[in-house]
Formats: sequence, C-alpha cells, structure tokens
Amino acid sequence: MSEQIKPEPKEKENFINRLMAQRAFYPILALILILIVNRLIAPDFFTIRSTDTRYIGSLIDILNRASPVVLLSIGMTLVIATEGIDLSVGAVIAICGAVAAVLISTTEMSAPIVILISIGVGVLCGLWNGILVAYFKIQPIVATLILMISGRGIAQLITDGQIAIFNNEALQYVGTGVLFGLPVPIFISIAIFIIIYLLVRRTAIGVLLESVGANDKASFYAGVNAAHVKLFAYILSGICAAIAGLIITADIRGADANNAGLWLELDAILAVVIGGTALTGGRFYLGLSVVGALIIQSVETGILTSGLPPTFNLVVKAIVILLVLLMQSSIFRQGIRENILKLRRTA
Amino acid sequence: MTPEYEEGIPLLQTRNLSKSFGNIDALIDVDFTLHSGEVHALLGENGAGKSTLIKLMTGVHKPDSGQILLNGNVIEVNNPNDAQKKGISPVYQEINLIPTLSVAENIYLGRQPMRMGFINTREMNEKARVLLQYYYINIDTTRTLSSFSIAIQQLVAIARGIDMSAKVLILDEPTASLDRKEVEILFEVIRTLQEKGVGIILITHFLDQVYEISDRITILRNGRKVGEHKTQDLPRVELISKMLGHDLYEQLGQSESNDNSAGKEQDVFIEAQNLAQKGLIEPINLTIKKGEAVGLAGLLGSGRTETALLMFGIKNHDQGQVLVNGVPIKLNNPQQAIQHGFALCPEDRKTEGIIGDLTVRENIILALQAKRGWFDYVSRSQQDALASEMIKALQIHPPDPDIPAGQLSGGNQQKLILARWLVSNPDFLILDEPTRGIDVGAHAEIIALIKRLCSEGISLLVISSELAEIVDYSDRVIVLRDRQQVKELVGDEISENAIMQAIAERDNV
Repeated sequence: MSEQIKPEPKEKENFINRLMAQRAFYPILALILILIVNRLIAPDFFTIRSTDTRYIGSLIDILNRASPVVLLSIGMTLVIATEGIDLSVGAVIAICGAVAAVLISTTEMSAPIVILISIGVGVLCGLWNGILVAYFKIQPIVATLILMISGRGIAQLITDGQIAIFNNEALQYVGTGVLFGLPVPIFISIAIFIIIYLLVRRTAIGVLLESVGANDKASFYAGVNAAHVKLFAYILSGICAAIAGLIITADIRGADANNAGLWLELDAILAVVIGGTALTGGRFYLGLSVVGALIIQSVETGILTSGLPPTFNLVVKAIVILLVLLMQSSIFRQGIRENILKLRRTA
Repeated sequence: MTPEYEEGIPLLQTRNLSKSFGNIDALIDVDFTLHSGEVHALLGENGAGKSTLIKLMTGVHKPDSGQILLNGNVIEVNNPNDAQKKGISPVYQEINLIPTLSVAENIYLGRQPMRMGFINTREMNEKARVLLQYYYINIDTTRTLSSFSIAIQQLVAIARGIDMSAKVLILDEPTASLDRKEVEILFEVIRTLQEKGVGIILITHFLDQVYEISDRITILRNGRKVGEHKTQDLPRVELISKMLGHDLYEQLGQSESNDNSAGKEQDVFIEAQNLAQKGLIEPINLTIKKGEAVGLAGLLGSGRTETALLMFGIKNHDQGQVLVNGVPIKLNNPQQAIQHGFALCPEDRKTEGIIGDLTVRENIILALQAKRGWFDYVSRSQQDALASEMIKALQIHPPDPDIPAGQLSGGNQQKLILARWLVSNPDFLILDEPTRGIDVGAHAEIIALIKRLCSEGISLLVISSELAEIVDYSDRVIVLRDRQQVKELVGDEISENAIMQAIAERDNV
C-alpha cells in the first residue's frame, strides 16, 4: 500500500515533506551538495570573471563540458523509456564526427551543409538501431552493441585510420564559439532540450513512449503502433549523438575515430538512471536526466580542480556516483535514520 | 455431508485480527476458524478484506493487533517462507510461479533433490511427473511452464503448494481460468485432500462452486466479518445480500427473457465470412447487426478467444474476410481494426489490458490517442474531462484519475478498459470474459452496461464462461467446440441447456 500524505498541522513541516516527496528533490539536492563540496575544495569555484569577449568560471565550464552527455542523455531517456537502451551513441559520435571532419576538409561544402549531412548520418544510425529493435525484435542491448562495435570501425574507414584534422571557423564555432559571452554548446543543448521536450510532451508521443515501455502488449492491444514509437526514440537518440559528435569534433578541430565519445554511452545511461527513469521502461523524466548529466560533469570538474592526482579520478567519480544513487534510495535513507537513532539511544 | 466441528481444537484460527494501511482499516477484529478436513469458503466483494486476511495468515503483512493460532498455539508468521514452513500454503489467482523454468523446477524450487551437492535433475523430473499424475496431468515436466495453458499452470501451483505443506491450503480464485472439466479435476483433488485432513480456504466468485464444494462460509464486508455459516444452511439470496449489504438483491441472470430480439431488423454492421487461420481456428461465419449482442460460448480452448483475436486483427487470418457495412476491409493489425470502429477488451486484463504504471486518466485516453495519431494530441483539459466523465459513468473506484491504474481492483480495471474503448466511440465491441474474477457488484454493473451499449446501437461480441450471463444478454449465441463453430442459437432457442447440449454433442450437429 502506498503511504497516504496526510495534511500536517504545521505549515512548515508540511512544505518540507511535500518538497521531499518531489521526484526532483534528491537529484537536485545531490547536484547542490556536489557544487558546495567543490566550492569548499576550490574557493573560487563559484567565481565568474568576465574578459572582453566572454565569461569564465568553473560553473560555465561544467555547463560547457557537460553538453555532449546532456545531449546523449536526452536521447537515451527516450530510448530507455521504451524499455530499450542505446549502447551505440559513443560510436555514433565517432561516425558523425568523422563524416563532418572529412567532408569539411576534402570538399567544398559549406559548414551548414556538412552539419546537416552529419545529422542525417545520425538519423541513419538511429534508423538502423530502431529497425533492428522494433521490426527484427532483437533485444536492444544486443542490437545496439552491433553498431557500438562496428561504428568505430566505420569511423576509421571514413577517416582512413588517421585523425582527420580540419580548419574551418564556421564548423569550429559549434564547439568553441561564444554567444552572449557564453560557449555555444550550452545554447545548443538548451535548444535541443526545449525542442525535444515540446515534441514529446506537447504531442502524444510522450505518453505513447511511456505506455509502450510500461506494457508493450497492452499498448499493442490498444492500437498503439509500438514499432513506430520505438523507431522514433532510436532516431532521436541518433540525432542527439550526431550533434554531440559535432560539438566534440569541432572542439578539437579533428575527428579521432578511436577516442571521440569513448564510453560516453555509459555516462549517458548513468545520467538517465540518476534522473530517476527506470531501466525497465515506462515513466521518463527528461529534465532530471539533464540534472544527472550535470552531476556527472560537476564531479569530474571538481576532481580536476581539486588537484588530486589524475590517477584517482575514476575511483573518486565511482564513489561519488554511488553515494548519489544511495541517497535516492528510500530504503537506504531509512536504514541510516534507524542506525542514527540506535546510536543516540546507546550513547 | 458436512462434518460437525463444534468439538476439538481448530487447525487454524484468528482472533480479533486487525490491520490498517495508512488511515484505511482493511481488517477489523476478524475471527476466523478453519478445521482440519474442511473446505471453508471466504467470500466478500473486492475490498472486503479477503486478501488482507490471507496476507496476514501467510506473513505478507503483520497484523496490527490480534492473534493467529495454529493447532491451538499462538504463532507469529514472519514472512511467506515462514508460513510455508509452518504448513500454510497459498495458491494465488495470479500464478506465482516462474514461467521460464521447467515444470519440475517450479515444483521443487528451493528444495530440489540433491546428489553429491548437485541438483539431481533426473530424479526431480521423475518425481514431478509422478506427483502431477495424482492431479490427472500427464505432461513432460522438463518443458518450460509458460508453454502450458493457464489451467495447467494453476494445477502445477496447487501441486507445489500441497506437496510442500499438507496442513492448510489457501486457494485464491483457483477456478477463474479453468474450464468445467478442469474444475471437476480440481474438486476431485480437493476432496481427496479433505479426507487426508488438509484444511482448505477457498476464495472464489463462482457461487455455484461454493455450494458444490464448501462446508462452511465466512463472509467479510468492509473489513468486518458479517457472518459464518454452514453452507447448507445459507440460502443463496441471503449470502448475496450479506456480501453486498443490500436487503433486496435479485439474482443475476434471472431477468426477463430475450424479448429485445424482435424488432431488430436493422442493418448488419459486421460480417465474418469463413474467417480462419490454419492451426488456430476453423472457418467462422458470423454476422452482427447494429445494437445486437452475440454471445460466443464454448469451453476454454474451444476457440473463443482465438475468434476474438482474429476479428481484432491481433492474429491474422489466412482465409476468409471481414466485411463492415457490406464492404470487405483489410484487417492485419489492431490499428486497422480500430480505424473501423472496433474495440476489444481482452481476457487477460493485467498483461493485455491496463498499463499499470500509467494513471487512470492516461489509460482511459490511450486508445483514442492511438487512433488519432501522434500529433493530434488529446489536450490535458480534454483528458481530464473524458476521465472524470468515464469515472462517473462507470463508477470507477477510487474516483481519482491520477493514481496509477495498477492500484485499482480487478473489477475497476475491467471498467477502466471499457472506459478506454468507450471514449474511442466504437461501433463494434468485443468483450472477452468481461466479468471474470470481479466481484458481484461490479458484475451486475457490467451486465447492465452491456445491455445499455446494445440499446445505443453498438454491436457486441461477448465471450463468457458463465452461461446464465450469456443467455441473459445475447440476441444470438454461437457455440464453439474444438476450434470449430458447431451451432448458432437464435431468440427463444437460447437457454443454458441448449448451449450445454451444443457443447456436449458429438459428431452430428
């Protein structure tokens, strides 16, 4: 039985209880705590300075660096909502980055055309995954593993095994440009978030995604075309990965088929999980996935600014993420509370 | 013949058992007594407290107050495992087995015969085979459980329960998915267990079966015990009135005859001509007029559900055709069926009907939304309006559109699926076992609804195991046997007897 939320006599307590009952409460609290810890380690963490052309500071850096994973986690949320998973997004980053870098450096195409083609390649990648999952009924983890493995090979074929370097200001702008004093990737992420949020929540797509993810068979019986819904989610995930690939490629002015976006699919999945979307599908929370991505990046930036030897990075990141996930578990919180009470009684 | 229980220590007893969830009192001061060798029916509407009482006895929940006694000793049941060790074994309506394991593994899960530290698979399979023969089941016990019918799975669950602990057996709606023959086998098994001294608690909605097999009846209503009777001393009408808390209650199915079949010379809405799929069902021919209800009768496995699936495009026909208003239509998937105004309330509500994680409101608008497509969004205000209209019209309880549909009781889930289709304005509604596993009150409401829909001009195809029900609302009845259409009864020909004869007939029709 679910607990009933009883009206409390005290207004304040009532407000706090209601706040804590919000799904967004713990992810956002975790983000705030991590930022505070970062501030304690590095006193100028919250400082934002301005130069002639742009603002500089750790907070801005977090938003900028988080952009690729934010984008991936948006697409990943939709895929996970359908009870799927997309392991190929890291490889799709490599493919789309390679396409953009090679086209811009070897042809006369303008940057906008190259960007569109690159996103088109992302659509194709999503289509491939989606067809395998929705029509050939291959389990998502296996279906997307195929592109995860072969994708880097495809990217190497495109770049001829080299790191494809280019020099094109218009394309670089996607990764390193400045708009209103802030890095362009931040605006790209925000724009994509808003577009996709409106697309799924102001149309029926969102509820159909959730219905297919929660009960595939019943949705089919109710006339929902589950295959179309799944295909759509994988295509959007491909598009998000392509845009992330463009940002990463533009940032380093080159496409590295082996390392671009390496393991980022796992960060994206983690961001979705931190945001509270269950891997078993159904209800999804786009905004909280973005919070999850920001948490991951804040931890990374925090470790970098702390001056800890780089060899500690991955272990510290793992521990912090584990703490964030434990904090969200009501069973774990209750266990802690009971133990504290017990300690107090014995003391 | 009913044994006398006035003397001796009861096998299982509860005293002043109470339990509340939040501020809802689920069970209040309930005394319940089960004797060795008796079949004790536990009756009540949904929400009466039957499940709570069972869950307290089996350690799923802990009582707030009161005692549970086994053989006269106060016991504390910590969890379901503990209950089974003490000899209290439940078999739930929704089968609690693991579908992907073999039958033998399911029966001996957690207590497999071992040899040198390893599971002795051969012995386990053989023991399972012998055990199941006792239940008149002859199957390959190495096959996965899910490859068998629900009826077999249910009997396997019972076999496991009895084999583990032979003292108290709790059967929660054991016959809901069994056909007549299987019910008889189950009852045979129950009688044998009775002779062995097993105490059996039976929860069922089939009152005929209560009178056939049970010795005593305990009735719960709104968490309180309202009566404990010897079955033979309690007239049926009185039982129903106690369950419902109504003083006057007409028994279902006894209403006036089918006088509505006359004057129905309207157009044929839907017609199936030689509709068949090889290996699934032999050719079916049926026509349904506007505002007509056609009953589909037959035993479980006779092809009733398969007919529904063909008519709704879930299974594809490889022969014959379907005509709507005289025009042949394409029918390869549910989407096409829905575009022609079809609707189907499936037999298995939980896996084929409701989306448990979504809210009642979202469940109600789902089919309408799927029909309208991705971008013709049913706005939130429309959703709210439709949901509250349906909740009111069908009296869905609790009347809260924003709780997950999975939290509703069986009867309310059934109403919810009906609501989902009604908002899509269907012309042809297929109902597969619409009253299965729901309580008496909701049952009556759904029958009334079926009649109302007909009078509004909707064509209905209704599948039901309850013959009295089919006789009550059908203008025509089609009888299936062994995946073949064997008889069509019209008007005055329709009676329980005629249907049963058609089902039982052999060879010549």
